[in-house]
Amino acid sequence: MIIPKLALRNLLGAGLRTWLNVLVLSFSFVAIIWTQGLYKGMGDQAIHSMIDIEYGGGQYWHEKYDPYDPLALQDAHGKVPASLKKMIGNGQATPVLITQGVIYPSGRFQSVLLKGIDPSQTIISLPSGFIDVEGEELPALIGSRMAKSTGLKIGDMVTIRWRDAYGTFDARDAMIVHVMSTTVQSVDEGQIWIPLKKMQELTRMEDEATLIIVSKDAVNPPDIQGWEFKSLDVLLKNIRELVEVKTAGSSIIYVILLLLAMLGIFDTQVLSIFRRRKEIGTLMAMGLTRAKIIGLFTLEGAMHSVLAAIVAAVYGIPLLIYFAKKGWAMPQAVDSYGFAIGEKLFPTYSAGLVIGTTLLVLIVTTIVSFLPTRKIAKLKPTDALRGKLS
Amino acid sequence: MKRTVFLIFCFIGIAVIGMAEVPSGDWILKQVDENIGSDNKIAVTQMIIHGRRGSRAVKSKSWIHGIDKSFTEYLAPPREQGTKMLKLGDQLWMYTPSTDRTIKISGHMLRQSVMGSDLSYEDVMEDPQLHKIYDAEVIAEETYLDRPCWVLELSSSETEVAYYTRKVWVDRERFVILKEERYARGGKLLKTTEVKEIVRIQNRWVPKKIVFKDVLKSGKGTEFIMESIEFNADIPSYIFSKAALRK
Repeated sequence: MIIPKLALRNLLGAGLRTWLNVLVLSFSFVAIIWTQGLYKGMGDQAIHSMIDIEYGGGQYWHEKYDPYDPLALQDAHGKVPASLKKMIGNGQATPVLITQGVIYPSGRFQSVLLKGIDPSQTIISLPSGFIDVEGEELPALIGSRMAKSTGLKIGDMVTIRWRDAYGTFDARDAMIVHVMSTTVQSVDEGQIWIPLKKMQELTRMEDEATLIIVSKDAVNPPDIQGWEFKSLDVLLKNIRELVEVKTAGSSIIYVILLLLAMLGIFDTQVLSIFRRRKEIGTLMAMGLTRAKIIGLFTLEGAMHSVLAAIVAAVYGIPLLIYFAKKGWAMPQAVDSYGFAIGEKLFPTYSAGLVIGTTLLVLIVTTIVSFLPTRKIAKLKPTDALRGKLS
Repeated sequence: MKRTVFLIFCFIGIAVIGMAEVPSGDWILKQVDENIGSDNKIAVTQMIIHGRRGSRAVKSKSWIHGIDKSFTEYLAPPREQGTKMLKLGDQLWMYTPSTDRTIKISGHMLRQSVMGSDLSYEDVMEDPQLHKIYDAEVIAEETYLDRPCWVLELSSSETEVAYYTRKVWVDRERFVILKEERYARGGKLLKTTEVKEIVRIQNRWVPKKIVFKDVLKSGKGTEFIMESIEFNADIPSYIFSKAALRK
């Protein structure tokens, strides 16, 4: 017990030098937790939005559906299977029909994805109820990004042209009944939502769908021939990988910070051993083994990280809580990065993140503190007492 | 009374004579196809695409065999020069000299616009016989470009046609379409074509200059100029092979 006490007394006795090291190390603590929390928050927010607004509890894709190949959409539709019809009837799934189309806002030509959805569905949080309109005109729902890029607004009429199941051209004038504001670009950019039944009728794809979204509480979705079930793990794979890449990319910042802090601790240790040769010699003369002296110096160094954790907690916890509650306003350009994070990013800090970061800093500091102390092992007590380093 | 009966007979007589003079729409359409149709064709064409930021010309040479086989080589502009496309049935291959690679393109590409023009690849690369896919009915007689025309309404007799209905103005003497309106299934007018110049080649009347216009889009449309055409040309079979793309 004497070693830890001695180590703490020595450390605090070093005064400003210790506190400078502790402060730099505490910056590393806060920076690591903050940046990791930001990326975790970004991932969590995007995943939550996408599940809520686009993916539901998973999706059945028609076997020919490939979201990255709009040309293949022409064949990517089929009759809704009987087993899924039952789920749709029970409110556990909703079909979506997708086809390629063209709109002509202000005489311009613009390719769009025409999507048909049941206006009364409650599986995803898309405001499909707005297209539940009876009348001559085809009601259409678009997102705010689409509205911005096309110049369309509520009440505007726009001509939509598409090819039906047999390749025959058809066109209708549609009325924009609502412009939704959503964080999920993939239900907004270049898309027009219309009532499913109307779309099935217009495209001569009666009772057909391209994909079927199942509800979040649906359990064990059955295997269906001609349809592939895409679980949330599959659907969210890209976004998770993107977050991992971003997190790895950001690690360079805190690796630099950590390196700076470690450099400070390493220098401090080297200096301590050099300046405290006589003290080492005295301790040896008093009967302390070399291992115990090495332990003392290593513990002194490692205690920097403990103090840094306490200092980081003092100013870091209020700062991180503030960001977690108020969020971090995102610049406009972030909307085009492909992340469904909206106007504000709310960081997420988990216990694992805090404990993991503390352990990481503690281990790295201990190793860095130990390295210079190896010299003590070679030190002769007589030389040390005379202030020599052999 | 006698006078009234006489007048009724006169009207019926005129109507019968009139009806006898107007051939059936299907017969007219067949004449149109016979005038322009050919098993093999080699054509050099130029498309002038009028866009928002100016006009550009695309020149190409096509070897066409019926509706299933065609081979097109782009001659201009320099950026597209040497690009070749081969269509066999619903399969499409494209060769680009810059990459020196041949790639197979989805058959759906045929429905896309050719280099931003008002024409799709199927418009350019296919040569369908209208009488086989449409039922025609004469609905009026009009004069267009100082030529007497029958106005025919075509309604699709097959399910898989691009335009559900068409309205065509056929020259009564030359059996060539001078003007055309293409409609969507819902009845909306989508495209118009207007022939601006006609020439006589190999005893056929051939539109030399046509203006295609996507009426839903603003702009002046796309001019299609037939620089030369050879009907029933002798096309070697290797032309319709993938090997020809790299030659």
